[in-house]
Amino acid sequence: MMVDYKEVGLRVGLEVHRQLDTKCKLFCSCPTESKDFGREIVFTRWLREAQSELGEVDPAALFEAKKRRKIVYHTDDKSTCLVEMDEEPPHDLNPEAIEVALTAAILMNSNPVDEIHVMRKIVIDGSNTTGFQRTCIIAIGGWIETLGKKIPIQTICLEEDAARIIEQKKGEIHYDLRRLGVPLIEISTAPVIESPREAYEVAKYIGRLLRATGKVKRGLGTVRQDLNVSIKDGALIEIKGVQELDLIPRVIELEVVRQLHLLKIKDELMKRGVSEEEIRSQPIVDLTEIFADTNSKIVKKKIVEGGRVLALKLPKFGGLLGLEAAPKIRLGAEFAGRARAWAEVEGIFHTDELPGYGITSQEVSEIFKKMNSSSIDAVVLVVDEEDRAREALERIRERAIEALYGVPSETRAARPDGTTIYMRPRPGAARMYPETDIPPYPVKPDYLERLKKNLPPTLDEVAERLVEKYGLSKQVINELIDMERAELFEKIIQETNVQSTVVASILTEHVKSLKRDGVRVEELRDEHFLEFFKLVSEGRVAKEAAPDILRWVSENPNRNVSEAIEALGIRTVSLDELEDKVNRLIELNKEVVQKNPGKAISIIMGELMKEYRGKIDGAKLHSIVSSKVYGQTN
Amino acid sequence: MSSLEGYRGEIRELLELAGVDIGDEIELIVNGERYRGILISRYELAEPGYIVIKLSNGYNIGIRVKGRVEVKKLSGVGKPIFKPPARPRHITGLPKVVVIGTGGTIASRIDYRTGGVRPVLTADDLLSIIPELSTIADLDATILFSVFSEDMTPTDWSSIAIKVDEYIKKGVEGVVIAHGTDTMGYSAAALSFALQKPPIPLVFVGAQRSSDRPSSDSAINLMAAVKVAGHAPFAEVCVAMHYWHSDDVIAIHRGTRVRKQHTSSRDAFKSINCEPIAFYRDGEIQINRGDLNPRGSGEYIFNPKFSDKAMLLKFYPGMSPDIIEAIWSRGYRGFIIEGTGLGHVARKLIPILEKIIKDGVFVGMTSQCYYGRINMRVYSTGRDLLKIGVTPLDDMLPETAYVKLSWALAQSTDVDEVRRMMLTNMAGEIGERSRPSEAKTI
Ligand SMILES: [Zn+2]
Repeated sequence: MMVDYKEVGLRVGLEVHRQLDTKCKLFCSCPTESKDFGREIVFTRWLREAQSELGEVDPAALFEAKKRRKIVYHTDDKSTCLVEMDEEPPHDLNPEAIEVALTAAILMNSNPVDEIHVMRKIVIDGSNTTGFQRTCIIAIGGWIETLGKKIPIQTICLEEDAARIIEQKKGEIHYDLRRLGVPLIEISTAPVIESPREAYEVAKYIGRLLRATGKVKRGLGTVRQDLNVSIKDGALIEIKGVQELDLIPRVIELEVVRQLHLLKIKDELMKRGVSEEEIRSQPIVDLTEIFADTNSKIVKKKIVEGGRVLALKLPKFGGLLGLEAAPKIRLGAEFAGRARAWAEVEGIFHTDELPGYGITSQEVSEIFKKMNSSSIDAVVLVVDEEDRAREALERIRERAIEALYGVPSETRAARPDGTTIYMRPRPGAARMYPETDIPPYPVKPDYLERLKKNLPPTLDEVAERLVEKYGLSKQVINELIDMERAELFEKIIQETNVQSTVVASILTEHVKSLKRDGVRVEELRDEHFLEFFKLVSEGRVAKEAAPDILRWVSENPNRNVSEAIEALGIRTVSLDELEDKVNRLIELNKEVVQKNPGKAISIIMGELMKEYRGKIDGAKLHSIVSSKVYGQTN
Repeated sequence: MSSLEGYRGEIRELLELAGVDIGDEIELIVNGERYRGILISRYELAEPGYIVIKLSNGYNIGIRVKGRVEVKKLSGVGKPIFKPPARPRHITGLPKVVVIGTGGTIASRIDYRTGGVRPVLTADDLLSIIPELSTIADLDATILFSVFSEDMTPTDWSSIAIKVDEYIKKGVEGVVIAHGTDTMGYSAAALSFALQKPPIPLVFVGAQRSSDRPSSDSAINLMAAVKVAGHAPFAEVCVAMHYWHSDDVIAIHRGTRVRKQHTSSRDAFKSINCEPIAFYRDGEIQINRGDLNPRGSGEYIFNPKFSDKAMLLKFYPGMSPDIIEAIWSRGYRGFIIEGTGLGHVARKLIPILEKIIKDGVFVGMTSQCYYGRINMRVYSTGRDLLKIGVTPLDDMLPETAYVKLSWALAQSTDVDEVRRMMLTNMAGEIGERSRPSEAKTI
C-alpha cells in the first residue's frame, strides 16, 4: 500500500538509547561487560508500588500491579554486586559516564544542566530490582541537522540499563541481572519527523554523533530505539525496543497501516450502527459443553486441565476481526494482544477465523446459535481457567469499544519482523521522585569549557583519516563506519598482516551478503573476526573460507573460529605439508617446468586448488608455487 | 510558615522575597534563561548556590543562581488530598494482632509532586497498602513513638515493654513491634528479659529497604511477623527478617540470639551460635527447634525496668587502664567486656579490673569473635581474670549481655545477685551446644 505520509499527517519522535562503553556501571564498580562469570546467583523478589500520596491510579502501574508476578533474577558474583541486587545503596554517579553524556550533549548543541539530579522513575515489571529506574537529565534542548533539516532535541538523559528478560511463564518472570546498571544515554527528539525514511536517517545520524564520543558500545543489544508515532485522527503510539536501525522505516510504515486500518474499521462500525451500550450489555457465556467431544487439540487440552470455554458476542463486528490490512494487522490480533497481556491466556478464537484450529463448522453453528447471533456478528472465545478467561473477555470487550473511537493510545513492543504487539497502557505523568541516596552533581562551567575544547573528531574526520591512512575508497570506509566495524578494522590491520582491502571487503561485502541470505550476522563479535584474520595471517586458513566460517559462527555464537574450522572439516594445512606436495608436483611435471614454467605453475595450481580450495589462501599458494617453480628453472 | 527546606542564605532570602514555598509552581529567570517548574527542597549536604525545580516531564534539575535572577510564583501548592482506598473486607475469626510503631517507616506514601515521603500511621492505612494483612489477622495499629533506632535508650525499652504488657492484658493474641533495624537486636533482647515467658508471641520487624520503594522488604517481613504473632504455637520474643537475598523465606530469630551482621543487605539479621527458631515460607510457619515457650504457658514474668549504669566495652590492643578508671569514676556499676578470643584482655588491665570488682562493680566477659563460646581456663590470662572475679558469660552475645546487665542492675543492687542472674539462662541467651559451621564449597 502506498501511503502519502504528508497527507496522513505522520509525526514521529525518536528516543535513541545507547549503552556507554565505560569501565564501570553507572552506580557501582562492576564492569559494564564481564569477560567471565563467577558463582551463579538466583534469587526471587516481589515488587509492590508504594502508593501515591494522592491515591491516584496510574494506568500503566495498575497494569503491572494487576499482573503481580514472582520475579526471578539470574546473575553471578563477578558481573553484579549488592548494588544491582538492591542490597546496597547506589554509589556516586560514574563521572566517566557523565563526561560521555556531556560530550554528546555538546555535539548536539544541547544545554547541559547546572546540576544533575538523579530521579527514581517507577517501573515495577521487575526489569529493575529496586522497582524504579534511576535516570537524570544531563542536558536540555539543542538540535541536530541532517538532510538539510533541523531536528530539535528535547532532552538528553543518562540512565541505568535494565535487566534483560530471559523467560516469562504464568505468574513468573525471569531476568538476567547482568545488564542492570550499564550506563545508557537517551536522546529524545521533538516529534517533527515526517516520513519513515527520515526517521531512519535521523536515528542513523544520532548514532554517528554518539559513536564519535568513542565511548559507546557496539553490537547486538547495545542500541534500542523507541518511536513515538502518530497520524492525523489516529493516536500517539509509543513503540518500544527497535533494536536495528534498518527496521525503523518498516515499523513506522506498518504502524501507519495499522492506524489507517483501525480508522477504516471505525468508519465501518459507524456505518453498521454499532453502539457502546450494545457491546457493554453482552453477557459472557459459558460454551464449554459445545466442545465436550471436540477435535480441537488446544481446546481439548485446556478443558482437560479444568479450563472453560467462555464467549462474548460482538454485535455487528462480523468479518471485521479477520480483515487483514497487512500480515498480522487485524482487529483480531489487537484483541488477542490485549487479552494475552492482561490475562495471560493462550486459547483465543473468533468466528471470523472459524472453522479452523480443529473447530468444526458444526461447532461454529452451535456457537452462533447459543450466542443468539449470526455471521453479521463476531463471537470471541477464550479457553482457559475461568477467572482468566473472563478477565480476557472483559479486556476484549473494552478493546472492542475502543474500536468505535478509532485508535487507542498505547505502548506497543516492536517485533523483529517490524510488526508490533500490545505491551501496556500508556503511562500517565511519569511517576518520579528524587533518588535521595545520591547527592546532586554540579556541572561546573570551567569543566564544560574543557570538554568543548577537547571534543573528539567527528566520524567524517575519522573517515578522512582512514581513507588517507589505508588508501581505501571513501565509500568503503563509510560503509565500515556505518556498519560499526571501523574500530575493528583498524584493530585487525594493526594485529595481523592481512591486506586492508581484504579485511574491508570481508567486514562489509561478505557480511552484507550473508545477511541477505538470512544469516544472523549480528551475532558475530569482534573476537570472531579478529581470530579469523589472525588465522588467515598465519596461513592456517584461507580467506576464501570466510563465508562458511562466518555463517557457522553466526549460528553458534558462543563458539570460536577454531571450533568452526574443526566443525566444518576445513583441514588446515601446515607449510611443511604444502611444500612437500608442491615439490612432488614439480617432480611429476618436471618437463613442463623446464620448458614452460608459466604453464607448469597453472597446472600445479590447478592440482593444488582441487585439494586445498578454502583451506589456504590462493594468492599465498600461488606465491609458494611460483617461487619453487622458478627456483627449479634457475 | 515558609519551610524552604535546605535553602540557606541569599537564595533563601530571594525565595522568601518572592513569597514562594516548596511545591509551588515558579518561573525562574537566570541571566535571561527562563525555567518553569515546581520548587523542590534542597538536599542538605549539597553545595549552596542552586535552586532545584521539577520540570513538567517529572525530572528535577538544579539551576545555578548567579547574575541577574528573577523568581515569580505562578501557582500555589494544592495540599495533596489523600483518598485512602477502602479498607479490605473484614474477615471474622482471625486472631487479634496489634502493630506497635516505634520508629522507622513500615509503610509510607509518596508525594510525587515534591518527592516527599509520608509514613503511614493508622491500621486502616496500613491495610490499604498491604491488603494481604487483613487475611492474616484482625489488625490494630498504634504509634508509641517515632525514634531513630540509634537514638533508643534503656528508658525507651521500658516504654515499649510497658505498652506491650498493656496489650497482653487487653487480650490480643500477638504483638508486632515495628522498629528501625540498627538496634532492633538490642530492643529484642531487652523485651526478652522484661517480658519473660510471655503468653503470646512478641515479634520485632523492620526493613532494610525503605518502605517508599517498590522493592522494600517491609511488606513481606510484616506479613511474616503478623503471621507469627497471630498464629505461631510458640510465644517467644523474636525478630522476623529476610533469611537471604530472596523474598521467599523469612527467618524468625530468637530475641536474645540475633545480631545485625550486614549494613545494608535484606538478610542482615542472623541467629548467632544457633539456628533461627522458625521460618516463614509461602504464608506458613515452619518450626525449626523444640525448646520453645508455648502460648499461654502461665509463667509470664513482667519486669520492665532497666538501669543506665551498665557499660559495653570493646577491648582493643593498646587499650589504656585509664579508660576503665574514667568510666568507673562516673558511677557505672557493671561492665560487659568484649574480650579477644576465648575471653581475654591485656594483662595491664588486670589491676584496674581487680580494683573495680573489689568496689562492687560487676564485670562480665564475652568475646569479640562473633561465633563461639568463651573459655577463660585455657590460658593463664583467662585464669588470672577469673581469679580477680571477672564473670565468664559463656556464649552470650556481647550486646545481649549488655542489655541483660542493664536489666539485672535495675532488679538488684547486690552484685552477687546480679552475678547469679547473669549466669542463669532466662530467655535462651545461653546455649549448651555449639553448632558446627556450614559446609563451604570452593
Ligand atoms: Zn555492581
